[in-house]
Order: sequence, then C-alpha cells, then structure tokens
Amino acid sequence: MAKGKLSVFSILSYIVLVFWAITTIFPFLWVINNSFKSTSEILLNSLSLPKEISLKNYQQLGNYGNINMFRGFINSFIISGSVVLLVLLLSSLASFVLSRFEIKTGIIKSFFTSAMLVPAFSIVIPALVLFRKIGIGGSHLSLIITQTALNLPFAILVLSSFMTTLPKELEESALIDGANLLTILFKIIFPLSIPGIITVAIFVFLWSYNDLFMSMIFIPTRDKQPICVLLSLVSSIYGTNYGAMMAALVITIIPVIIIYMLLQEFVIRGLTAGAIKG
Amino acid sequence: MVFKNKKYAIIFLLPALILTGILIYYPLFATIYYSFYNWRDFSNFRSFIGLENYKRLIEDIAVHKALLNTMIMLIAVIIFQIGIALILALLVHSISKGYKFFRTVYFFPVAISGTAIGLMFYLAYGYDYGFLNSILTSLGKEKIVWITENSALIMVLIPIIWQYVGFYFVIFLSALSKIPQDFYDSALIDGASKFHRAIYISIPLIWDVISVAISLAIVGTFKVFDIVYVITGGGPMNASQVLGTYLYNVAFTGQNQGYASTIGTLIIILGVILSIFANRVLKRDRITY
Repeated sequence: MAKGKLSVFSILSYIVLVFWAITTIFPFLWVINNSFKSTSEILLNSLSLPKEISLKNYQQLGNYGNINMFRGFINSFIISGSVVLLVLLLSSLASFVLSRFEIKTGIIKSFFTSAMLVPAFSIVIPALVLFRKIGIGGSHLSLIITQTALNLPFAILVLSSFMTTLPKELEESALIDGANLLTILFKIIFPLSIPGIITVAIFVFLWSYNDLFMSMIFIPTRDKQPICVLLSLVSSIYGTNYGAMMAALVITIIPVIIIYMLLQEFVIRGLTAGAIKG
Repeated sequence: MVFKNKKYAIIFLLPALILTGILIYYPLFATIYYSFYNWRDFSNFRSFIGLENYKRLIEDIAVHKALLNTMIMLIAVIIFQIGIALILALLVHSISKGYKFFRTVYFFPVAISGTAIGLMFYLAYGYDYGFLNSILTSLGKEKIVWITENSALIMVLIPIIWQYVGFYFVIFLSALSKIPQDFYDSALIDGASKFHRAIYISIPLIWDVISVAISLAIVGTFKVFDIVYVITGGGPMNASQVLGTYLYNVAFTGQNQGYASTIGTLIIILGVILSIFANRVLKRDRITY
C-alpha cells in the first residue's frame, strides 16, 4: 500500500521535473533547428525539422548591414579576456593581503562589499564623462576598466574567503626555511588557490561576455562592439531575416555552452557565490 | 601565519582600492551631484536647478509605471521564481535518480546572457513564425499578437522568471542535501508521507536559505535590463518599462543626462533601502546540525 503510493508520487514527480526540463531545453533546440532553415521555411512551419541542413544563415553573419558578428566575437574575447586577467591579478593580490596580513581589514572589506551593491545604472554617466575627459571615450579600454572595477569586489570577497581557509603550516615552514613573501605568494598561495581562481575567472568571463548595458553605452562604434551588443541589434537590422537572427543567436551562445559543459561544477559554484552580486 | 610588512600590504591593495574608488565611488556621488543640474547632450554646460529634476521625477508617469512594474515583478518573482524553484528542488530531493541531469539542465539558462534569452523569446513571440503561434496553428487555432500594451509586462516577466528558476533551484537543492537523513528516517517511522515530510521537515529546515533567496531575488529585480530592452524596449506606451530601461531612454535616446542622473539617484536610494533589508535577512544565523 505504502509502496504503491510512493511510486505514484514518484511518477508524478518525474512528470513535473521532465516538463520543466523540456521548457529549459526546447527554446534552445527551436532556435538551433531554425538556424539551419531559410526564412521562408521558418515561416511555413517553425516547428518542423529542416529539409536539408543549410549553413547559408551562418555565412551571412560575417557581413550583414554594417554588422560583422565574427568581428564582435573577437572584440568580446579581447574585452572579456582582459577583464578576467585584470580582475584575477588585482583581486588575488588584494585577497592575499586581506587574508594574511596583520592590518585592520574591516574598513577595507566593507569598502569592497558596499561597492558590490552599486548598480551599473548609477555610475555610467559620470564614468562616460570621465573617459571622454581623459581621452579614452569609446575605446575597449574604457569598458575593460569599468567591468574590472565592477567585478573586483565580488572577486575579492570570494578569493579572500577562499584564501583564509587555506592551511597556514606550509607558509610557516617555508618562512622558517628563509622564503620571502613573494616566493610564498607565487609558490604556495596562488597554486593552492587555483580552484577559487578558476571559479572567479569563469564567473567574471561570463558576466563580462553577457553584459549588454555597459557595453552598449561605452562603445558606440559597430566595429568595436562585443557580440552581445550586436546581437541586441540584429532584430532591427536583419528585419525579417529570421534565419540569420537564429544563427546569430546560436553563435553568440556557443562559447557559453562550451564553458558550461566543460566546467559545470565551477560555473554552478561560481554563480552561486556570485549570487550576492545579483 | 600573519605578515606584518605594511609596504607590501599597501602595494598589493592600492590598485584595487584606486580602481574601485575612481570607477564606483566617484561616479556614484557624481550621479547624485548631477541630479541637481539641467544638463543635456553631454555638453560642457550644466546649470544648477535645485530640486526641479526631482519634481519632474515625482510627476513622471513613466517613473510611476516603472516603479509599479518593478513591484509587480517583485511579487511575481517571489511567488513564481522562488516557488517553482522550491517545488522542483523538493521533488528532485525526493527522487532517487536524475539529480545531476536535472541540475545541469535547469541551471543552463542562468549562464546565458539576458540579451540572448530576450532575443530568443522575442522570436518565440513572433506573429508569423514564433513557436507559440506555430503551436496554435498546429492545434488548428488562430494566431495571436503576443505583445500588446496589456500583455507586454507578462511577456517580459515570463523569461525573467524562467531564466533564474534554475539558480534558486541549485541553492535550495544544496541546502536540502545538507539536512541529515536521520530526520527523515524518524519521520518515516512515525508514518509521515513525503508531502508531510517536505512541509514539516524540509521547508522549515531550509527556511533561512529561502529567505536569503528572496532577498537576492528582490535585489536582482532592480537590476533587470537586458531582457526588457531586447523584447519591448520598455514599450508599448511604457507598459513594460523598468527603471533601468527608462534611465537608458532618458540618458541616451532623450539625451537628458541631468534627469537621467535623478533616475540613477532613485535607483541608488532604492538599492540602499533594499540592501539594508537584505543584510538583515542575510545576517541571520544559519542553522547548523
């Protein structure tokens, strides 16, 4: 009796769970499927499978209107790659100090945690004026340093709490053996922090790669814009070329799919830790 | 071990402090400062107008609409996003197989950009080709115009809620997996059904995590931009306007940086109030076993 009840409950559970799984997968499959079809075929029936797999939509992405999606790809990697490197460098040095030095860290920590709560909406206008004044308005550099600043507090929070949990015995014996601070930093602390560093790196990359608001505001010229901004423009520029829009969508999310599939554990851990950022 | 060398401490901390100071704290206060000025087209001339922008803010129908929409979003997100995530987590927790599969699949949309999600739903809502109308047609029904003044808010809310369900699901699932099995075993001996165990054991024991999730969802709602911008741009007739999209429209389409700064200040004030609220909830002691 009890067993029968349980299995009915389990079956119902699986039905609900599979239903939600379908809602999260189906829209992506629909887009991928239609990216191989011509617009007229999409209009005929967007749910059917393509008659033949055509790459025509993807071939248009290099040059359509004044948009080059592949150029956007390169820009994205220049921007997000630089942001990741800068954030890692600055945050790991700062985290080392916050987790290992005998200084009053309370004020410094709240300086960073409060900064984490500042929304991008509230800083872009003055930042834009500042960049124009110092002559880097509209450049990749302006976006890179702004995204770096907005990611730093989160990275410092995650890395410093990670470093605090690292055992101190290794450093102590290294110190007795005459190692200096830099040796300890590069030979002990950084290597031991690699899991934390990977989590931060993935999170910062995704956040930078996916950012629309600041990218759109800081970089006005098409040839310098990252792929996310170009994607936001395709519906107005491609007009009724739905096939090309689907293809643009697919290539934009491909890097994210690859990162997610390869480093899922780190992504889930990183984005959960990044929750505080919202 | 603890280092005492102040020189290194300063050298290592300074770059991060300077960058945060110049690009977060300085602009934050500059935005508040600009909110008292009449300033357009990013020109070099601004004139002090006191509280004029604030007067306009209070009377602005679009701001009213954006605030109302944000409130509706808050309620919808708490009920549906947190609610669906909690139900899914309880269900996955109660079954024996497929834990990893569901976690992978549910979390997937969280990693994708709001822009891509927005464009995807924009296409899905399309009249001639969208999959909603494709389904209707295949069922022999008439096609529908999905985005109208009445429906726009709901149509942007669906992807906003849908995207982050997986995020809260993962948080809830990891909290549930930390509950010791003994609690369930003794309840089982007492004859409690799965449903009762969920209501009387699981939910109370992860209540602190649920309240953290709610405060995260509230803070997150004030940062909504991409999905709304891509699907409706805040329209039609401000029907789906949020503060972020409105600030963008005023500052960069309307080229009124003074007034946009006032909207930015409003976002700061709301953010401060919310973070005080969120901190109170977040600082509560965690249950330990």
